[in-house]
Amino acid sequence: MRPFAYERPATAAEAVELAAEPGAKFIAGGTNLLDLMKLDIERPTRLVDVSRLPLTQVEETAEGGLRIGGLAINARVSADARVRARYPVLARALVSGASPQLRNKATVGGNLLQRTRCPWFYDTTKPCNKREPGSGCSAIGGPDRHSAIFGGSTACVATHTSDMAVALTALDAAIETLSPGGAIRTLPLGELHRLPGDTPQRETNLVAGEMITAIVLPPPEGAQTYQKIRDRASYAHGLISIAVAGNRIALGAVAHKPWRADLAEAALASGATPKEAFDLQLAEPRAQGLNAVKVTLVSRLGPAVVTAMRTGAAA
Amino acid sequence: MSTVEDFQKPNPIKENRQGLIGKPVDRYDGPLKVAGKAPYAYEVQPPTAPAYGVMVPSGVAQGRIAAIDTAAAEASPGVKAVWTYLNVPKHAAPAPPIDFWTGGPEPVFASDQVRYFGEPVAFVCADTLENATAAAQLIHIDYEAADPNSDFHAKAHLHDIQPAEGDVQVGDFAAAFAEAPVKLDESWTTPVQNHCQMEPHASIAWWTDGKCEAHTSCQGVVRSRGILAMTLEMDKDDILLRSRYIGGGFGGKMFTYADLILAALASRELGVPVKVAFTRQHMMHGTIHRPATEQRVRLGATPDGKITAMSLVGVSHSSQASPFFERTSGFAKSLYASPNRLFGDRGVTTGLPPGGPLRAPGEASGTLSLEVAMDEMAEKLGLDPIAFRVLNEPEVDPTSGKPFSIRQLVRCMREGAQTFGWDRRQATPGQIRDGRWLVGYGMAGAIRGNMLLPAKCSIAVDPDGVVTVRQGMTDIGTGTYTVLAQIAAETMGVPMADVRVIIGEAEAPPTPGSGGQFGAATAGSAALAAGMNLRAAIAALAVGDPASPLYEGQVDDVLFRDGGVSIGNRTESLKALISRAAPEGLDALGESAQASDGGNWSQHTFGAHFAEVGVDPITGETRLRRMLGVFACGRILNAKTARSQLTGGMIWGVSSALHEGNEVDTRFGSFLGQDLASYLVPVQADIGELDAIMLDEVDDIANPLGIKGVGELGLAGSGAAVANAIYNACGARVRSYPITPEKVIAALPE
Repeated sequence: MRPFAYERPATAAEAVELAAEPGAKFIAGGTNLLDLMKLDIERPTRLVDVSRLPLTQVEETAEGGLRIGGLAINARVSADARVRARYPVLARALVSGASPQLRNKATVGGNLLQRTRCPWFYDTTKPCNKREPGSGCSAIGGPDRHSAIFGGSTACVATHTSDMAVALTALDAAIETLSPGGAIRTLPLGELHRLPGDTPQRETNLVAGEMITAIVLPPPEGAQTYQKIRDRASYAHGLISIAVAGNRIALGAVAHKPWRADLAEAALASGATPKEAFDLQLAEPRAQGLNAVKVTLVSRLGPAVVTAMRTGAAA
Repeated sequence: MSTVEDFQKPNPIKENRQGLIGKPVDRYDGPLKVAGKAPYAYEVQPPTAPAYGVMVPSGVAQGRIAAIDTAAAEASPGVKAVWTYLNVPKHAAPAPPIDFWTGGPEPVFASDQVRYFGEPVAFVCADTLENATAAAQLIHIDYEAADPNSDFHAKAHLHDIQPAEGDVQVGDFAAAFAEAPVKLDESWTTPVQNHCQMEPHASIAWWTDGKCEAHTSCQGVVRSRGILAMTLEMDKDDILLRSRYIGGGFGGKMFTYADLILAALASRELGVPVKVAFTRQHMMHGTIHRPATEQRVRLGATPDGKITAMSLVGVSHSSQASPFFERTSGFAKSLYASPNRLFGDRGVTTGLPPGGPLRAPGEASGTLSLEVAMDEMAEKLGLDPIAFRVLNEPEVDPTSGKPFSIRQLVRCMREGAQTFGWDRRQATPGQIRDGRWLVGYGMAGAIRGNMLLPAKCSIAVDPDGVVTVRQGMTDIGTGTYTVLAQIAAETMGVPMADVRVIIGEAEAPPTPGSGGQFGAATAGSAALAAGMNLRAAIAALAVGDPASPLYEGQVDDVLFRDGGVSIGNRTESLKALISRAAPEGLDALGESAQASDGGNWSQHTFGAHFAEVGVDPITGETRLRRMLGVFACGRILNAKTARSQLTGGMIWGVSSALHEGNEVDTRFGSFLGQDLASYLVPVQADIGELDAIMLDEVDDIANPLGIKGVGELGLAGSGAAVANAIYNACGARVRSYPITPEKVIAALPE
């Protein structure tokens, strides 16, 4: 990797100022960033280590939800008794991701900001608009099962593979951030990630130096489940995943961001059968070859999960 | 030269007086590895601080380097050298290998031509790994890229293959197949597989007074030393080549790669020790892989289940950089009876990286077709898959007509069926449900050839009575250290604590190394021979020494036991004898080779796999629930290390069926999977309950130890058992590996 400066500010306020400098990046667990730096994909000139800032608590909110510190460790959150009891979709999504070793290092803020696993993004000899804007998208026309079926563009069909973010989307979570200058804002999780459009290198709507300080869960409502289809039993990115919380449904590994199945939700609300609802959701997907597997799996797992939840068969 | 009759004579291994042969002795190197005290090549401490070399892999598959800009790299902090084809120090020119076992020179950066994606094209050496890596990232290369020529499947033309010279043809396959009342004609594909050894290929080298000491991760130290000598155009005796501990080989470390050449060359030029390792990403292309295949199996049978026509024809890809391709049909020659037989293999040249042997080359891919075809044919005939195989069990090798040295395939199937509970299998697919899972059973036969290659060994005894085995052999994680100690201890009649095994040194008595599941038999037979010669020397010493209680006894009456020698109740310890009568110690050399008449027998190891899988009919996911392998592979030297080899092979077969395969991006001539997050192999959760049973067997035609190889057998047929279980679970026949969810869904019956 290329040389970089390393800083460990004592406060979040200092951290966001340092991270606002050009070439600076936050580092917390480092489970994604360090790999990318070794591969010369990320080339930060300064790392701002926030891993020891006191943003690791899981607290009750006045509204009856939970506020999870942005630097809380994935493994701790998945084991939290309140999360397990009230947000089983989140607990299950967390333990569906990565390996125990990685979950012991990775933070929830970092989890949201992990970058795509698109194989051409990882191979620096190949064109990739996300890595080198303007160079082209190698995934389009390539032999990839993991390309997006929703929301892709002619510039990028990469997918976001966080499991946790899919559960948070179904839970209608929000994030709290701190920006340089001290501004604090709350935004719905759905507004954090961007679709690729013609700027796939811009993955979120955070401004330079803005740090995720917390994830806020509203009070839980309705039955919840998380299911993930993958090529091996553990430690594999999903082919697809589905999170259900009450009437909300989110799909994972199908788009540049966790994908709210809004069409299916609306159809179900107006009395469509689960199969009809997911047919509607998939009416205009963007399958380009081997990623047709994702369309197939959503069309099969989606109705099965919704049906099972209605009959109380799914945990 | 020995004959089979010589192999059949009594010897200390057969007598097994201490009971060490077969005992599940813990691996000598296990605690060292767990504690981080077994240094791999990259971790060997050099005499002075090392410099770090980093390779730059080619970014195109075919073409030439139009321009290289190394200025920024050269100016980067800590950089000691930047080499490309323009300025690499002179060394040997490319030349074809002398033969497989010797190899040829392996020059680096020989020209501006690029032969495959990932071929090393530049090298940076710096004071730290970080500085070397950072500088390597500053090298800018412009290529004139040519067509990557990597679409193997477009060139395979499997169904256009005509019989040709070199094919195995017995009887008249075409006529018999045409006339057969029951026929099967199906095709299978297997993907590229990468070795993915846990320890990447790595080397460190330094020079003292014109001599090079190099530590590298390789399966054959003698071969690697020879190649390094040829490449650096130096005398091999001026190289001390070491490979003490190795984190996996699987065939991929039979060869010598740029890490060793560059470490030796750079340390010579720079006058400091230099270490060079492949990265995980670079290994995928920069070392060898198992080529993809397309295979066509045709079976013809009578309605009562006798096979009358059998053919397996395979196509695989070779590389412009290497003629190797996967030959899928070899094992089929000896497996089942059929009077009419046709087997052949073809290679198609591509611009992909060089292929090479990967654990059970041939069997691993070929059994994925034939052993599934046997399952499909059994169903067409209304026969149980085991009964169908038993019906076609040959009396002698059905292609060569030679007798088998020993063949217990039927016993493996029957004992396996009983232990596994095969009688619970439903002949009709889709009958057993467990929650969301459809459950099915599958089985397959296993076969893998047996070899005994020429090798030597020395054994010495010192005045402390310590026995030292020395051999140009390797332990690639299989247990070689341990089984050689067991053989030496049993041969010399000493406790294992008094045996030292020194291997991984190229200047020691040569062996071909570890590979082809010939390692234990080849190295071990030489060790036995050396031990017998040392016993003769010790016996002569004892009976000729007036101070020995054995004085004037008969040499042939001397027994070796309890760390000493004895004739009747006259006894003395080795320590006493050697320290008095041969204070410099005694040593002896022995060698092994196939018996002069060994070729009169067809020699193989056999086995049967049984798998139970669950298939989720909604998601298409398959999960292994339990698996059993029963194997007949000669006498077992060490029940623990042998079982580990067999279960490891079985797991690789499960991987081949369900998980593993590298996609080729034909636009670029490169593989898609470049790390272990994208190139999937099973994790613990994928394996469930898995066991391997070894039948009592002695093959006294194979070698004087009566043992055979176990390292590759477990992989042969394992994946086919899983594929057959998937069909039995849900009725989906998928003939393209790995069997991923979408393929299962597409093949599900309505």
